[in-house]
Amino acid sequence: MKLRLSPQPLEWIDRKNPLTFTFEGKEVTGFAGDVASSALWSEGSKVLGRSFKYHRRRGLLSFANHDVNALFQAPDMPNVRGDVTPVQEGQMFTAVNTFGSLASDKGSLVELIGKFLPVGFYYRAFYSPKFLFPKWERLIREMAGLGKVDTSWTESRQPKRYRHCDVAIIGAGPSGMAAAIAAAEQGVDVCLIDENPYIGGSLDYQYVNEEALSETRSSLKSTIESMANIQVIASAYVAGYYGDHWLAVNTDQGLIKLSAQSVVVATGVFEQPAVFRNNDLPGVMNASAAQRLMSRYAVAPCKEAVILTANPEGYRAALDMHKNGLVVKAILDTGSTDSEWVEQARQSGIPVFEHATIVEASGRKALQAVTFSVDGVAKQLACDGLLMSVGWAPAGAPLYQAGTKFAYSHTLEQLLPVSLPEGVYACGRINGVFDILDQFKDGEQAGLAAALYMQGKETPELNDYAAQMAHSHPYPIWQHPKGKEFVDFDEDIQFKDLKGAIAQGFDNIELMKRFSTIGMGPSQGKHSNMNGIRILAKLTGKTIDQTGSTTARPMFHPTPVSHLAGMRFRPERLTPMHAFHQSVNACFMEAGNWLRPEYYPSEASREASIAAEVAAVRGSVGLIDVSTLGKLEVFGKDAVELMDRLYTMRMSNMAIGASRYALMVDDSGVVIDDGVAVRYSDEHFYVTTTTSSSDSAYRMIQKKVIEWGLQVTVLNRTGQIGAMNLAGPNSRKILSQLTDLDLSNEGFPYLVMRRAKVAGVDATLIRVGFVGELGYEIHVDSMDALQVWDELMRVGEAFSIKPFGVEAQRMLRLEKGHIIVGQDTDGLTNPFEANMPWSVHFKKPYFLGKPSLMKLKNEQQRILVGFELLSADRNAMPLESNLLIEDGEMIGRVTSIGRSAALGKVIGLAMISIDYSKPDGELHIKLSDGRLVKAKVVKTPFYDPDGLLQKPDEEVHNKEQGAAA
Amino acid sequence: MPLRLVKYAWKKSEDEPRFFPDEKPLKKAYDVVIIGGGGHGMACAYYLAKEHGITNVAVLEQGYIGGGNTGRNTTIVRSNYLTSEGVKFYDESLKLFEDLSDDFDLNIFYSTRGHFTLAHTDSAMRTMRWRAEVNKHHGIDSEVVDVDTIKKEVPYMDMSCNGQHPVMGALYHAPGSVARHDAVAWGYARGAQMRGVEIHQKTRVTDIKTKGGKVVGVETDRGFIEAKKVVSMVAGSTPRITEMLDIETPIEIFPLQACVTEPVKPFMDTIVVSGSLHVYVSQSSRGELVMGASVDPAELHSTRSTLDFVEGLTDQMMDLFPFTSRLKIMRQWAGMSDITPDFAPIMGKTDVEGFYLDAGWGTWGFKATPVSGKTMAYTVANDMPHELIKPFSLDRYSKFELVGEKGAASVGH
Repeated sequence: MKLRLSPQPLEWIDRKNPLTFTFEGKEVTGFAGDVASSALWSEGSKVLGRSFKYHRRRGLLSFANHDVNALFQAPDMPNVRGDVTPVQEGQMFTAVNTFGSLASDKGSLVELIGKFLPVGFYYRAFYSPKFLFPKWERLIREMAGLGKVDTSWTESRQPKRYRHCDVAIIGAGPSGMAAAIAAAEQGVDVCLIDENPYIGGSLDYQYVNEEALSETRSSLKSTIESMANIQVIASAYVAGYYGDHWLAVNTDQGLIKLSAQSVVVATGVFEQPAVFRNNDLPGVMNASAAQRLMSRYAVAPCKEAVILTANPEGYRAALDMHKNGLVVKAILDTGSTDSEWVEQARQSGIPVFEHATIVEASGRKALQAVTFSVDGVAKQLACDGLLMSVGWAPAGAPLYQAGTKFAYSHTLEQLLPVSLPEGVYACGRINGVFDILDQFKDGEQAGLAAALYMQGKETPELNDYAAQMAHSHPYPIWQHPKGKEFVDFDEDIQFKDLKGAIAQGFDNIELMKRFSTIGMGPSQGKHSNMNGIRILAKLTGKTIDQTGSTTARPMFHPTPVSHLAGMRFRPERLTPMHAFHQSVNACFMEAGNWLRPEYYPSEASREASIAAEVAAVRGSVGLIDVSTLGKLEVFGKDAVELMDRLYTMRMSNMAIGASRYALMVDDSGVVIDDGVAVRYSDEHFYVTTTTSSSDSAYRMIQKKVIEWGLQVTVLNRTGQIGAMNLAGPNSRKILSQLTDLDLSNEGFPYLVMRRAKVAGVDATLIRVGFVGELGYEIHVDSMDALQVWDELMRVGEAFSIKPFGVEAQRMLRLEKGHIIVGQDTDGLTNPFEANMPWSVHFKKPYFLGKPSLMKLKNEQQRILVGFELLSADRNAMPLESNLLIEDGEMIGRVTSIGRSAALGKVIGLAMISIDYSKPDGELHIKLSDGRLVKAKVVKTPFYDPDGLLQKPDEEVHNKEQGAAA
Repeated sequence: MPLRLVKYAWKKSEDEPRFFPDEKPLKKAYDVVIIGGGGHGMACAYYLAKEHGITNVAVLEQGYIGGGNTGRNTTIVRSNYLTSEGVKFYDESLKLFEDLSDDFDLNIFYSTRGHFTLAHTDSAMRTMRWRAEVNKHHGIDSEVVDVDTIKKEVPYMDMSCNGQHPVMGALYHAPGSVARHDAVAWGYARGAQMRGVEIHQKTRVTDIKTKGGKVVGVETDRGFIEAKKVVSMVAGSTPRITEMLDIETPIEIFPLQACVTEPVKPFMDTIVVSGSLHVYVSQSSRGELVMGASVDPAELHSTRSTLDFVEGLTDQMMDLFPFTSRLKIMRQWAGMSDITPDFAPIMGKTDVEGFYLDAGWGTWGFKATPVSGKTMAYTVANDMPHELIKPFSLDRYSKFELVGEKGAASVGH
């Protein structure tokens, strides 16, 4: 193991537990606790991936969950992040986006023609001649993309958890830990979230060799562990802050949806790379990456290092290297730092060059030398590592998403939060606090304030602990005449690309991003946005604040679909009679979330079975389960008023015990629902809705009740009540055996409701005629429904009763010319167009949609008519939605069609231009293949036009039609 | 290596002419002021200059070019609408899109992928057939296809949808395409600018001034500008503009959200939409899956993202594409959709002389960019609505002459 160090005081690896995995087909040995990148690096494998565009060799850069150049392909996962993914025995990884292999990537030929591929090159070419574009696009698509998807991968889902807490603290570094303790001491419930497996943050990698802090460290950690009201959620990051302190916390085990009362953001800062020639050579990395590599995994970043720094943190990293017995050839200080640090470095034998300028890094496959200049004199040092410590950018996503404003501090050369939303606090380095002891204090005050805030107590004034010196270089960009200064490592964006974009007018931060694609890769600009802003500000002569920043949107890190989706919950609703339907092998169809029998396979074919069901209803008796209908109970002082306002027909003059067709339109007069209403008492109605609109109608009615200020209660009883329709000439004979109710025409006339016991069960019975025969809709408690159904089937046996499904009902109602809302009506159909002018009672002072209907009544353009097919060709059967054509123009469409056995012809409904609606008028239906077939307009109902069968042995005195869908 | 790139390489990219002009002072007066520097505004300016010779035009944009819904949509272009008015209008748009790269001398990555709208219910099948029949009647390439045909094109899709609401068929629209949305706005902007149009970013209109019922100019945060013709093309910000003139519209603003996965190598060529599952998805040329759903359930004038959206979308996505559970969502965002009751746009003249409105673009604005720009330019130049947009006038709501695109315009239905 070439670069593995001796044991480190806080290392995360378990040296007793070695394991082996493969990378690019080669065996790699590491320890449990290693991440893929650390294990590879420990063996001296510094080329971890190829870059996105030029396929340049890339190694570690930030080692902080955004090393997008070290993305690996696993057999069951694309884009695995090497810098954070713990290795497991036997795992197999390859590099993503290579052509050939990582070692020999044909994609690197792109770099040879890089001159021809400047920023936005793809906007410049490939479109002419047009017919070649698909070929070019295919090539470009193949070159883009990272990992590969195997479409045979199976579904994976992780359950979600819900958590409430008083104070959520994001980030368990020095200030976050202090904040957690301070908040918890107030007795509140604290969640401390950190993306690493252990708390500690920079305290453990930047200050690992600081003896003076070891006691503080252990005391902080043991206090947190001992406090029952602090829950540490480790290996977890806040993917998004979603308003009202609602956090999506992603963990290895799935998403936690965390609702907090206040939030402390202690996420710290992202170290930003320096931009100079060949800054992407493997071996060039952020100083904090090197510190994490050493302290967590006991892996040396290199053997001989040069440090490029603009702050004390660089010196600290140099001393850490030195302490581990590694050679630090020089510290290149871009300015001049506190003499104390320079002194310490020199005492350790490290040469310090102040006011140094980096010229370039060089090396064939990895870093071999660094060229820099001091006082205009160029020097070169051989080395295999260059650690960059030139500045920081806020890890501010949760703050930005919460609505925090940031402003640039020239003292710190860093963006700082300046106005925090209520209940949101920030502390630590994101606040510009760099002194470790001040970080504890800043954390304490933020934690205390967050706890007091959520308790509704007054919060103290917060002290400003921000550093009084810059920890970031104001412009860590060193151009080179030969270029290759990389700003965005995800997208291979060089300095010249941004310069080119800006020069072409993309000189707004958002436009520059969109044209150059800076910040659009998987790391979403974590290491590139700040330098991008600095470059844009410099080249346009603006300040950082004037330049602004792009929006930090969720996700903070790319978040697995399997976690966001969670478990699969799909409601499935079964009617009380479902067991019966299953027992006779009903063929089910989905109706919203309901399962309904489409038909019962009693014959050889679907068609024959449906025909048999239709014949049973017409000839003797049938029974259909209509439990899926929406069922609402309306009661209270204003029940009548509500019913009158909701439905187009007058409901206030219904006698107690009467039923009436209930048609509902919206504000613009469009038909949205129908059903049957019955009146139980003066202030009590019961009304059905269509299956599909039961929920939406209920919601809408609730809204209207509030809007209109009515004293009325509406209950949605859809699931509590089972319903069935017993229909056919013999229905009365069957029902009479199961009830004491007087079923004579006088005792229980057509369109009347009765409440009585049926098969020993309390029932509401309505005499309706949707299918056009003598029939009873029977509503009972859903617990009793199956019993009533079974009894009706048992008694009906003597009459060869048949259960019938949705398809038979469709045919039966079509023969009667009854509409199905949503099939025979569309998004604009009003009742006049639906050919139901009788259903609109304008004499009411108001009902929903009345003003619109008053106007629409006189402007009717189209109408729903019945038609019968004149062609007998069975191979020329139109389908629903086929168009009607006259003189080459569309004049309408077929909304329903079917072959009626009772009538011996094909009948249907069509919504057509009113000009063509005269009875017996010829129509032409255009089949899907373009052929025209002839039909003629006929009056509806097609079957039993006078409705005699619905009211046997009864005089026809009531013209009102009854229907229920 | 295309010749254009070789030629281009001789120059440095920073020596290329600017797409958009540098900031400069506003003039005192323009013939036409266009509010909104998105695709529609830029296209209108472009066609005003190119086809009507009107170049004394200012486009005022409160943010940056294409920063509103132009840059937030999921870039699908199609013409398989439900009404004759809609089909003719969007078909013209599609034809214009096909030639835009050449017109602009800029590749907008107009990529014809084929577009499946899946049906999971009987009633959806009827709607698909209705759309197909209307489309075919107007010569649009649209067809209802069965499950086997879908399987051939999208073999990796789970037709059973995990056992619930299985796919029964689809409306297939071969010309369905995706394009690089930003480039469309940039191309129009550059073309307009080259012809003399002024583009002013970070310039917010604060009021519209009228005299005797006629527009006389606009007040901005950079001062007053005289103009006899003012065009509003601001999508989700429309209510803020129409309020200035007391113009009533039935527009309601609903957020529409979208998200992308991390980029992966190309595997999905077609565009797949499921209304029942509230999912639409395509793979961008960068390799990201670009995904959207229906609009948010409640009105809101904001572009904030919600967790519910991404939870719901990913959950439903997996019913169709189980393997996507191994992908990661990289970024989500939202736009403000200006939705009309009939899901069709509002275009043309208004009761205020000199004020033209282009709004109500809901979730279907990007695909109309070229045709809306072209027909609005005609309308402004001639002070007379273009034939194609007559059905979309604002007064149709008071006249009850709605267009009825609900069944085809949005995924939500």
